Amino acid sequence: MGLDFSVVPDYLDVIFLGALWTIAITVGAALLSFFGGIFFAVIALYAPILIRLPFRGFEWLFMGTPLLLQLFLIYFGLVQIGIDLPAFVAGVIGLGLHFAVYNSELIQTAIVAVDRGQMEAARTLGLSRGQALRKVVVPQAVRDVIPPIGNNMIALLKDSALVSVIGVTELTLSAQLAIGRTYRPFEFYVIAALFYYVINLGMEAVLRRIERRIQAAR
Amino acid sequence: MDVELMLKVYPFFIKAAWVTIELSILTTILGLICGSLGAAARLSRLKVLRYVGAAYVSFIRGTPALIQLFILYFGGPQIGIQLDAFEAGVIGLGVNIGAYMTETIRGAIIAIDKGQVEAARTLGMSRLQTFRKVVLPQAMRLMIRPLGVNINALIKGTALVAAISVVELTYTAQRYIGSTYKPFEMFLISGLLYMIIIYVTGRAVAWLDRRARIV
Amino acid sequence: MSDEKPFVDIRHAQKSYGALEVLKDISLKVNRGEIVAIIGPSGSGKSTLLRAINDLDPLTGGEVWLEDTQVNKTLPHRQYEKHINQVRQDIGMVFQHFNLFPHLTVRGNITLAPRMLKGLSEEEANRLAEEQLDKVGMLERIDYYPSQLSGGQKQRVAIARALAMKPKVMLFDEATSALDPELVEEVNLVMKKLAEEHMTMIIVTHEMGFAESVCDRVLFMDQGVVVEEGPPSVIFRNPESERTKNFLRKHLASNKE
Ligand SMILES: Nc1ncnc2c1ncn2[C@@H]1O[C@H](COP(=O)(O)OP(=O)(O)OP(=O)(O)O)[C@@H](O)[C@H]1O
Ligand SMILES: [Mg+2]
Repeated sequence: MGLDFSVVPDYLDVIFLGALWTIAITVGAALLSFFGGIFFAVIALYAPILIRLPFRGFEWLFMGTPLLLQLFLIYFGLVQIGIDLPAFVAGVIGLGLHFAVYNSELIQTAIVAVDRGQMEAARTLGLSRGQALRKVVVPQAVRDVIPPIGNNMIALLKDSALVSVIGVTELTLSAQLAIGRTYRPFEFYVIAALFYYVINLGMEAVLRRIERRIQAAR
Repeated sequence: MDVELMLKVYPFFIKAAWVTIELSILTTILGLICGSLGAAARLSRLKVLRYVGAAYVSFIRGTPALIQLFILYFGGPQIGIQLDAFEAGVIGLGVNIGAYMTETIRGAIIAIDKGQVEAARTLGMSRLQTFRKVVLPQAMRLMIRPLGVNINALIKGTALVAAISVVELTYTAQRYIGSTYKPFEMFLISGLLYMIIIYVTGRAVAWLDRRARIV
Repeated sequence: MSDEKPFVDIRHAQKSYGALEVLKDISLKVNRGEIVAIIGPSGSGKSTLLRAINDLDPLTGGEVWLEDTQVNKTLPHRQYEKHINQVRQDIGMVFQHFNLFPHLTVRGNITLAPRMLKGLSEEEANRLAEEQLDKVGMLERIDYYPSQLSGGQKQRVAIARALAMKPKVMLFDEATSALDPELVEEVNLVMKKLAEEHMTMIIVTHEMGFAESVCDRVLFMDQGVVVEEGPPSVIFRNPESERTKNFLRKHLASNKE
């Protein structure tokens, strides 16, 4: 059959639009995973035991199973209980929650590692436990794990390809649409890979800048 | 929760779990081979090899595993590579995890103190002898745990081959979700099986790690 | 002095960790504007006593009073939290290891609590921070992060942070012990300045010279009890107890090395 990239330009706009959706999903899910991760970490460490234990179980389940399986659960599970979300939203939620659990794991470790003196100093000033957590302990913990959280977000970008399976027309599914018309899988998957690669480079550059800025504030 | 249904379908999931296990083992072996070669290339004295190793790591880690799998399985025939889905799965995932393992292995090797190399060289050992007898044994110990992390990710990553219709755990779960409309139950069965596989693997890695530390 | 109503009043303080009795029935009254030093060997319970005053380490027996308020009174959990957070605003504390918040600038460190707890506006809080930093000679470092400061500078900022809450009493737990010798003096100077302004202070210290020059009264603690207390001239020059003498002798010897 051989290779023929001459059909690619005709579908570049489709691919490009798909890439924009990939960026949108990644940004949305990354934000959800970041704030969700903080929220989960606080629950896992400080919620009353009746909430904490089942929650840890949920975390454990999410850490031990494939993302793809979780996406199926969320997409079809929500439909079953009568919530029919657009695929895009389901994708953002699935990806975001999955990585929130991973971020939570990092943040929990970092919270525990924050020097006890920090809590004491804050309490001494009259801050409540909650205030001290919010203003002193958690911000430090989060700052300490920005680099590994950044790595998770890079992983998230690549895993966003999985939401094509539940019908989100992002980069991967856009390539598949073009392939359906042209029967040129190699060409279009390679093009899609190049797009991912470029987005990946851009994201790494942004993360490095953020890290440098945080480093400077130490 | 429909326990009766779960009891009825679980044998199919067990069968699928064996496919996942088989995939995981083969992928791990291929990954370790690719990782060792990749690390050797990245640490080579030859500039060309170093570039090849760096390009391998960069492109594989910079693009989704799913796309890599699709290129191999759907695009392969166009360049004369005919693979069935299972073969494509093993090769695609193995080459993919190999790039991550390259970095793990390389990291462990360069973490060994330069003084160790110098000490061996002053004893008159060759570069290769030094590597085989002094550096590698120490690096092996360092890399077991992080390789365990790679393998953990790999096991969950095998779910991707569901997208090219290999009948493993996730594919099976998806099919039964479609036919029973019981997503939660199907998730629970397959999730539990994944966690058993991951747990056992984790124990094995911890055991290896402990043993390596005694030496 | 003794007919004045005590400002800080510790009554029969008792503290145990399991079977280990760390404070054995200690009573201490401190008047307004008085400066009390607590000295004693390591593990004698100095920190524990100091940290009981703001309930950082709750007592297992006895009472702590600040003016007319009982610090460690028995209340349902929620009410107690409210109460203690209020009381702590009146008790400044300075730690051996500074405990500055590394993610905030000097300004952020100082304005955090006044803004959150006293509802100061950003402007007011800034003015307060500048005022307190000026007092400890750190105004020009207001936008630095703690990691960019020396130990002595950190401790001066920590003092300013405590002072910004306008506390009624200041507690110092070996404020200069973690500092390089050449940085000790700048922190001591700040504390002396506070003494001149008649700030009520309770100072745990290993620096006998400083204690002698600044404090009105010295307590010598050993194994959870107050062995001896009195004016510095007596405690340092004519102690009655053998234990005090021993401690001071050893201390002098080790300091001369
Ligand atoms: N959380 C705790 N659990 C058990 N024992 C403790 C705890 N905190 C302190 N102790 C014990 O209480 C005793 C008094 O400790 P404290 O810190 O008050 O001594 P200190 O006089 O401040 O000593 P230093 O000069 O070394 O600071 C010590 O024997 C210490 O081991
Ligand atoms: Mg102490």
